[in-house]
Amino acid sequence: MAGSGKAHLRGDGALLSVEDLTVTYRTKAGVVQAVSNVSFDVLPGETLGIVGESGCGKSTTGRAVLRLDHGAEGTITFEGERVDEASEKRMRALRREMQMIFQDPVGSLNPRRAVKSIVAEGLAVAGATAEERAEVSATTLDSVGLGEERFADMLPRQLSGGQAQRVAIARALAVGPKLLVCDEPISSLDVSVQAQILNLIERLKAEYDLTVVFIAHDLGVVHSVSDNVMVMYLGKICEFGDAEAVYAHPSHPYTRALLDSIPTADHEQPFAGPPLEGDVPSPLAPPSGCRFSSRCPRATALCSEQEPEIREIKAKQFVACHHPLTDAAIAG
Amino acid sequence: MPSTSTEPLLIVNDLRTHIWTPRGNVKAVDGVSLHLNPGEAMGIVGESGSGKSVMARSIMGLNGRFAGVSGEVVYKKQNLLTLSKKKRREIWGKEIAMVFQDPARSLNPVVKIERQVAEGMRKHLGYSKSAARTRALELLAEVGIPDPESRLGNYPHEMSGGMRQRVMIAIALACEPSLLIADEPTTALDVTIQRQVLDLLRRVQRDRDMSMILISHDLGVVAGQTDRVGVMYAGRMLEVGSSAGVFDRPRHQYTSALLKATPSVDHPRHQPFPVIHGALPDPIHPPAGCRFAARCTAVSDACTSGPIAAVEFGGGHTAWCVHPVGGVHGDEHTTRDTGGAHVGR
Amino acid sequence: MSITTRVPTIRNRRTKLSGFVGTAPAEPRVPDGRTRTSIVVWLSLGWLALIALAAVVAPFLPFLPQPATPVGMPRLAPALGSFELLLGTDTIGRSIMTRILYGAQISLTVAVVAGAFAFTVGTFFGMLAGYFRSLTDGIIALITDVMLAFPPLILLLAIASLVTPDVRTVTIGLGIVGIPTFVRLARANAMSWGSREFVRAARNMGAGHPRILFREIMPNVIPPVASYLPIVMASMIVAEGGLSFLGLGVPPPTPSWGGMISEGKSIIAQAPHIVLIPITFIFLTIFSLNQVGDRLRARFDKSAS
Repeated sequence: MAGSGKAHLRGDGALLSVEDLTVTYRTKAGVVQAVSNVSFDVLPGETLGIVGESGCGKSTTGRAVLRLDHGAEGTITFEGERVDEASEKRMRALRREMQMIFQDPVGSLNPRRAVKSIVAEGLAVAGATAEERAEVSATTLDSVGLGEERFADMLPRQLSGGQAQRVAIARALAVGPKLLVCDEPISSLDVSVQAQILNLIERLKAEYDLTVVFIAHDLGVVHSVSDNVMVMYLGKICEFGDAEAVYAHPSHPYTRALLDSIPTADHEQPFAGPPLEGDVPSPLAPPSGCRFSSRCPRATALCSEQEPEIREIKAKQFVACHHPLTDAAIAG
Repeated sequence: MPSTSTEPLLIVNDLRTHIWTPRGNVKAVDGVSLHLNPGEAMGIVGESGSGKSVMARSIMGLNGRFAGVSGEVVYKKQNLLTLSKKKRREIWGKEIAMVFQDPARSLNPVVKIERQVAEGMRKHLGYSKSAARTRALELLAEVGIPDPESRLGNYPHEMSGGMRQRVMIAIALACEPSLLIADEPTTALDVTIQRQVLDLLRRVQRDRDMSMILISHDLGVVAGQTDRVGVMYAGRMLEVGSSAGVFDRPRHQYTSALLKATPSVDHPRHQPFPVIHGALPDPIHPPAGCRFAARCTAVSDACTSGPIAAVEFGGGHTAWCVHPVGGVHGDEHTTRDTGGAHVGR
Repeated sequence: MSITTRVPTIRNRRTKLSGFVGTAPAEPRVPDGRTRTSIVVWLSLGWLALIALAAVVAPFLPFLPQPATPVGMPRLAPALGSFELLLGTDTIGRSIMTRILYGAQISLTVAVVAGAFAFTVGTFFGMLAGYFRSLTDGIIALITDVMLAFPPLILLLAIASLVTPDVRTVTIGLGIVGIPTFVRLARANAMSWGSREFVRAARNMGAGHPRILFREIMPNVIPPVASYLPIVMASMIVAEGGLSFLGLGVPPPTPSWGGMISEGKSIIAQAPHIVLIPITFIFLTIFSLNQVGDRLRARFDKSAS
């Protein structure tokens, strides 16, 4: 299963286009390819959900798009401009167009700064006046539901997880971005708060005309916010397509296994299908050929020899697999 | 399904755990009662601040020096809260075992697996070193660890998260406990590994006819894995009943609202979730009456004026709610849309 | 299916659950977890305040003789009666009380100035090393390790042999010796804070390195590192005492605690007070600094406690 291949790219209309992204880390134990030849694009106004378990490279992909880490290669195009080739100076201006929300809401806020100062930070860097900063700060805090006076002067440790994430969202919106990358924004929050933040993101997306890349490991969450979904495993793409279609008829065995691992309330059959055996292989030594071959119930010799290319299997559904789950395969 | 005619294995009666903090005493658990039958799996569901983990630790007596506990925890006719330290140590590990959330933190990083698994057996059951080793191999095989021989010599950091959690379960099972308490055992794990661990817990519980308390904030995890479930909120138990019953037809307004607000694959795309507004009450000065009243859509004056009476719905399904979903007689029209097959009661 | 609303009963074991929720039977007894600042820390603060005050006002006290002036017979034991003879006299007959207080000036000045110098320089470079890592960290760490490789006293002796020692050179020397400690502390803190997400978020906002260093990292690094100041100052007082004892510190006749010990060491059997009094003062001062420093560290440097 490999993401090598660009059959699923939609072309020039995309707001963000990533081609052959590879992110390499050097660790004491060796070289890790956290992301390997991943390509995708996002059209304006769309939400792309990136889902996968730990070690799949989804967070690394999100950070690489914003050039927040080193070690990334590949072509990243934003509104027709090559982000990967931009100078530091140009990058600083570009970053205001592409913003990010992080996983740990309280950790993403400077513990010694008050909320209103945190929200206005991007504007301060851009050189806005004090009045502009105060005004934008108040407006964005209001649009995330923290418009009350008392919030402006609070410190991050006085905020709940949900409130802290709202502040982070306000901070991102204050600079007026076009693209919002959300890296596991609700994983550390309570269930009832998760729903609040998801609603908020959807509402703000419409209000501020945003394009969203939503990275998460929770399949239910990704399904409810995404137009398209991209399933990743060990740095490669497994499947890409319309979220409804992929969830209803997954083509890749890994997607199927993920969906089968969601607990249901049925006491007799708590899961929809058989479990996925084994552990995730070490990213230092990924399996040869298709990286999922070591755990795949449908693997053959071909799978360990040759990396599958991503190809269209149904309308708007793309998969990188030698033996995808087609309707015939499921029925037969 | 275990029989309900036998004496309960564990009875918790009006358990209260209050914890000192600089701002005041946090009433983490404030009057919780439950019972558990032999061979039964009970789930405890709650969000953060519900007190579920503190309650589990209170049953074991692991609360630390800032906590004061009152009430009764009766296990096999002994009140665990009043036992001497010596007697309690005999029960820990041997009769009641606990599996914690983060295996990376619960396993000693500088001790090999063999010793960690064998320790309990050698202390409680008096096994010799070689007998313990043999038994440890059996246990590791039982929890599904491939190549147990070489794993015995591993250190925790040499194993993956899922494997560490399996080792934790093996350690818990070593002395053949009658009750296993699992506190968020899969929260730190990936979803496919979580599934493996849940399958394992279920298999182990059934094979050994052991009682289990499974604590989680994830309702889905609890629903399919347990026979009965209790829903906690702000230190109190709000609803108790069979897992199928509570999830299919939740009676307490909180349970119903929580289920509706949970993102799941059944939720229609781009539809806003019906959220629960507001926030938890102050745990230091909780309100009188129902603790969920401030956030409830069906609230009335009766909810905040005094103690909340239990409403029974038959089959052991009880809710502490003045305006339960579907009315007190349970036959008014419910608005909950399950989106899936109804499981018969 | 029969549904009933039962009349609740409390503590009825036959029912599986106590039906009442919200009544108030026995409340648990919760222990008091307040951490009281111990009396020792308060006394330490008192001592430090006293000694600092005394050092500052000593020159202005009319009843205090000059440190170089003999006021009585030499080697007089401490006696009540007059303030100047309260602690006795030294080998030349000078008031030990005076010399102790003037010596306090030296010790405290050196400790404060050298400490502040080491703190400022060390924190600055440590932050750079911890934030930028790679080459910057490599160079700074190398220099720091070289400095640490020298036993401090040897380094000070080397400095003392090159320049005529006086208050200034001793202070600078001690300041230099104290830098590596702060470099290490600041570096560790900067690394830990620098990897936090709010720094990534700041970079995301377009903030450049100077802004991130001074507005995000520094305010978080300073409290824990500064909480080590008293402890480092205590070791500087000891070092200064040691240098003066060896004759390589502040030159006579300027009084210093270490020098007083040196003067009295040969007649320790006949007039022990000449040695014991400065020793006691050094002890009480560094003990107090350590107590206060420990308390500060417990409050600000959560990682170590």
